[in-house]
Amino acid sequence: MNYLPKSLAAGFVLAMFASTTAFAATHPVTGETLAEDQTFTYSMIDEITSADPQIVEDVEGSAFVRDLFEGLMNQDADGNLIPGVATGYTTNNAKNVYTFTLRKNAKWSDGNPVTAHDFVYAWRRLADPATASPYSWFAEIMALENVGAVMSGDASPDALGVTALDNHTLEVRLTASLPYFAAMTTHASTYPSPKWRVRTFGDDWTKPGNIVGNGAYVLTEHIPMERAVRERNPLYWNNNATIIDKVVTLIINDENVDFTRYLANELDKGGVPTGQFKRLKEDYPDQATSFPRLCTYYYTFNLSPSGQEALQDVRVRQALSYAVDRSVITDKILQGGQIDAFTFTPGATAGFEVPPVAFGQMSQDERNAEAKALMSAAGYGSDNPLNLEVMYNTSDAHKKIAIAIQQMWKETLGVKATLANQEWKTFLKTRGSQNFDVARGGWCGDYNEASTFLDLMTTPSGYNDGKFSNAEVDQLMLDARTMSDATANYTRVEEIMANEMPLIPIYHYTGMFMLKPNLKGWPYNNVEQNWYSRDLYKVAK
Amino acid sequence: MIVANKNKIKEMASNLTDSKAGRSLWKDARIRFMRNKAATVSLFVLIAIVIFSFIGPYFAVWSNEQIDWNAMGSAAKVGMPSIQSGHFFGTDDLGRDIYSRVIQGTQISLMVGVLGATVAVIVGTLYGAISGYLGGRVDQIMMRIVDILMSIPYMFVLILLLVVFGRSIGMLFIGIGLLSWLDMSRIVRGQTLNLKNKEFIEAAKVTGVSDFKIITRHIVPNLLGIVAVYATLLVPGIILAESFISFLGLGVQEPATSWGALISEGAGTINYDTEWQLLFPLAFFVVSLFCFYFIGDGLRDALDPKER
Amino acid sequence: MFNYIIKRIGVAIPTLLILIAVSFYLMHAAPGGPFTSERPFPPQVLANIEAKYGLDQPVWNQLLNYLWGILTEFDFGPSYKYHDRDVNEIIGQGFPITLKYGFWSFIVAVGIGISLGAIAAIRKNTWIDYLAVGVSIGAQVLPNFVMAPLLIIVFTLWLGWLPGGGWNGGSWEYLIMPVIALSTSYMASIARITRSSMLEVLNTNYIRTARSKGLPTKTIFFRHVLKPSLLPVISYLGPAFVGLITGSVLIDIYFSTGGMGYYFVNSAFNRDYSVMMGITILVGGLTILFSLIVDLLYAWVDPKIRY
Repeated sequence: MNYLPKSLAAGFVLAMFASTTAFAATHPVTGETLAEDQTFTYSMIDEITSADPQIVEDVEGSAFVRDLFEGLMNQDADGNLIPGVATGYTTNNAKNVYTFTLRKNAKWSDGNPVTAHDFVYAWRRLADPATASPYSWFAEIMALENVGAVMSGDASPDALGVTALDNHTLEVRLTASLPYFAAMTTHASTYPSPKWRVRTFGDDWTKPGNIVGNGAYVLTEHIPMERAVRERNPLYWNNNATIIDKVVTLIINDENVDFTRYLANELDKGGVPTGQFKRLKEDYPDQATSFPRLCTYYYTFNLSPSGQEALQDVRVRQALSYAVDRSVITDKILQGGQIDAFTFTPGATAGFEVPPVAFGQMSQDERNAEAKALMSAAGYGSDNPLNLEVMYNTSDAHKKIAIAIQQMWKETLGVKATLANQEWKTFLKTRGSQNFDVARGGWCGDYNEASTFLDLMTTPSGYNDGKFSNAEVDQLMLDARTMSDATANYTRVEEIMANEMPLIPIYHYTGMFMLKPNLKGWPYNNVEQNWYSRDLYKVAK
Repeated sequence: MIVANKNKIKEMASNLTDSKAGRSLWKDARIRFMRNKAATVSLFVLIAIVIFSFIGPYFAVWSNEQIDWNAMGSAAKVGMPSIQSGHFFGTDDLGRDIYSRVIQGTQISLMVGVLGATVAVIVGTLYGAISGYLGGRVDQIMMRIVDILMSIPYMFVLILLLVVFGRSIGMLFIGIGLLSWLDMSRIVRGQTLNLKNKEFIEAAKVTGVSDFKIITRHIVPNLLGIVAVYATLLVPGIILAESFISFLGLGVQEPATSWGALISEGAGTINYDTEWQLLFPLAFFVVSLFCFYFIGDGLRDALDPKER
Repeated sequence: MFNYIIKRIGVAIPTLLILIAVSFYLMHAAPGGPFTSERPFPPQVLANIEAKYGLDQPVWNQLLNYLWGILTEFDFGPSYKYHDRDVNEIIGQGFPITLKYGFWSFIVAVGIGISLGAIAAIRKNTWIDYLAVGVSIGAQVLPNFVMAPLLIIVFTLWLGWLPGGGWNGGSWEYLIMPVIALSTSYMASIARITRSSMLEVLNTNYIRTARSKGLPTKTIFFRHVLKPSLLPVISYLGPAFVGLITGSVLIDIYFSTGGMGYYFVNSAFNRDYSVMMGITILVGGLTILFSLIVDLLYAWVDPKIRY
């Protein structure tokens, strides 16, 4: 090499230098110029419950885990299923046996290959009573073979209906026909865990330095209640497509301080303080976003024998529901683009079409008139006012909505409603023991299909705190389990609910956040909001 | 020269015995208090606030719970303080009139603050004086009880009160009363330890005055200075504690409100162009506290027998 | 004096035990438990989980197990909410943070408070008196939940001088705002108590004697006035210091410091029994310790006080 002329060597070096800078600068697909610093900083309102995929139980924790681990399937920006660790899957006609084929190049961050055995270990762990996972009920929803016996301790976890046919083939056997089973493997609880690390470190295995994951990032720093840092995992099978190098999570307990710090550019993504969305959308149109969520806010009536006599009268329930001016709540109080709800299931749910129930079609004035008529027919009015107690769990937003509804009922129907708030656990106990007249509730779907909502209305449901019981609804939901297209049943159930009014659907949630305009790649169209840091990127300003 | 006229004698006799009416120590204290300008002004301001809270409703256009549907959600644009709309102090985010709410909150907060402080003073002073004066084992036990009560997780006590007794204003007072006297008793005990070694107490003991009389007639009156100051220091803490307790569901429930609740609601929105939501209740709160503090200092200065 | 200290330490142990027992029973009496959630477990699963944590046993049994765990292994139990950590870790991480900003707040509050109170007392009823007291009152009267967000808006958003929160191991930029917010809560109380107490001392006979002897004011002040004036201040500061630690919830919430105050309140709502008990024991221990220190300081400040 000594005889290579200096100028040529210099030129060679210069060319290499130029090409490396050119490579770092543009997005491979969209061609946008990327920013120098690819660090994504966002806030959470509280520390995560755990970084262990089988134990994590909160939404923010799931996002955390989605960066550190990867499941069989992922979701793309629109929420469609795409391959994750699994390249694909097949299923039988009865839709109760699924076979997943795993890719051969997936690795853990310590170099070990990801195998089907890791998934078997993880799922058994999820159902194992010795793990005491607060999310073990998800295994039950997955309807794995023998899951009930395993969870109660009557069978060993080996009996669970999941087997590794070989290192890269996973077979799952279910006790029910679930056409949407593959979608459930995007859930953090189903992610694999490294058995050798868990065995060695026990409860400490999720600490930086001990933790090993198969996701796009590795946890490098975790100071509880303050911050967490995850950095690029070079061994991730798709590392070349990852653009964000570092993700920093800050814990900020107060939503107003969170917004202040977002404005001060300490955060790339921040929350929207209650009731401020409309104003922020006007002031920062390219930063404030809202999107539909798979959750419904409602007031449930106590229909059990311990409830008020008046509530047993369907006319009273209908009147109370009609008199609620939902547009005031969504437009004036919440202002986040929430959707008025006249059915329990939100329209954003996959495969669900909102049936045009009668009272949803009327104008609010018509509803108010109808409500007055119903109420006086039932024997109540200003001369004989109805007394109700509305219970809600301590929160500013719940309080505002309750106050508004209290006033609406007073002005339209002369109802005397007293408000009672209780802190969360006490509230759950009180509501769960049917110790209320009207109680606030909010339900989020566990998966993107209507039964996750409507199953609550069945008699045996453990979440049916109002104790609504209707034989036709029970039968319809039972049948729906085995039908390939249960839309007709779901529509009929919603119609029954509109007639019987066991609860007052108020609004369907939307999520809101502020996002700096140079942060791109956010999956706005994914209604489950399963976002992955590896899909995000920052463009140069 | 002997005065012969009987009437003249009577006149002279009455002149001799006609002395000015005696001045008690309490009267001295009152005169000194009135001389303290800051304290007197504060007293009048406080009385004015109380009167306002009773008369104010007659001028109110909106009740404290009525929602102005037009202003709901648009407080920054429509809810500003104005005379025409009848919202003299503006509206909150729900469109409720802050003027009426501040008035109603004044009644509750002042009542809670004054009553709470009074209870703390009475219980705390007696407890601390007895403990400090008796000393020895009694003192040990009494103070260790105070230590325990201070360390018990207060949150659970409140939750249990709510569950067992249900929601009521009475529970609010119990919730506040349980804690507020503890610090006072400590301070009083400290002062008592110092006082009981003074010569005049020794004298009282030697002359056979009973313990009870010594405590009530010699120790407590000499503590009143520090007690007055500390009692007024308790008031803001009590007012804010009330808002926390009500927030948990134990005390004052919507639509009734208090200064603490109004301030904390207003504090959340300072960034969003609705400053009046914070400023009005905060102004009332701050002004009242200044008054309480100056009155406390005035009382202390007035009650100190060594003052000239 | 030494005997007295030994006696007090001896009394501390049964005091702590009573505190632990009472708190333990209180906690378990509240409705709901750590596993009460919107999606309740199937009964069999719940039974298994509770068995794992020993929550299915009678309360007195759990209490004894808890005490045994502490005495034999110094293990204060797991956290039921933050599954990856146990109480030792949580307190071990949170307490030093709270202690650091609490300590500095204390120094600032005491330093400024006593100074302002002394100035006010010496220049009684002049404008200096009113100003000194007024300034400290003005700072205290603004509730923490108003001041903290305001500080962030001013120093982080408008001026950009300080970070908006976090701790970063306690470097000074992260300390400033928490210390400002916390120290102002106590300054006025300290100032007013100092002023009141000092006025009483200034009126005593022995000070009059010292003045008539012709001693310079500075000597009178530092050698004769200051110490006896401190008695009620010390009474106040003992519990106030402990209060700084428990009452720092708002500081932790607004400034994301990761301190212990947040856990103190939150563990009640989460029914995180072990964390709550751990903090209660810590607070109880500190309260008892500071009671002792306060009593010892009384003896130093007032030579007539003997135990």
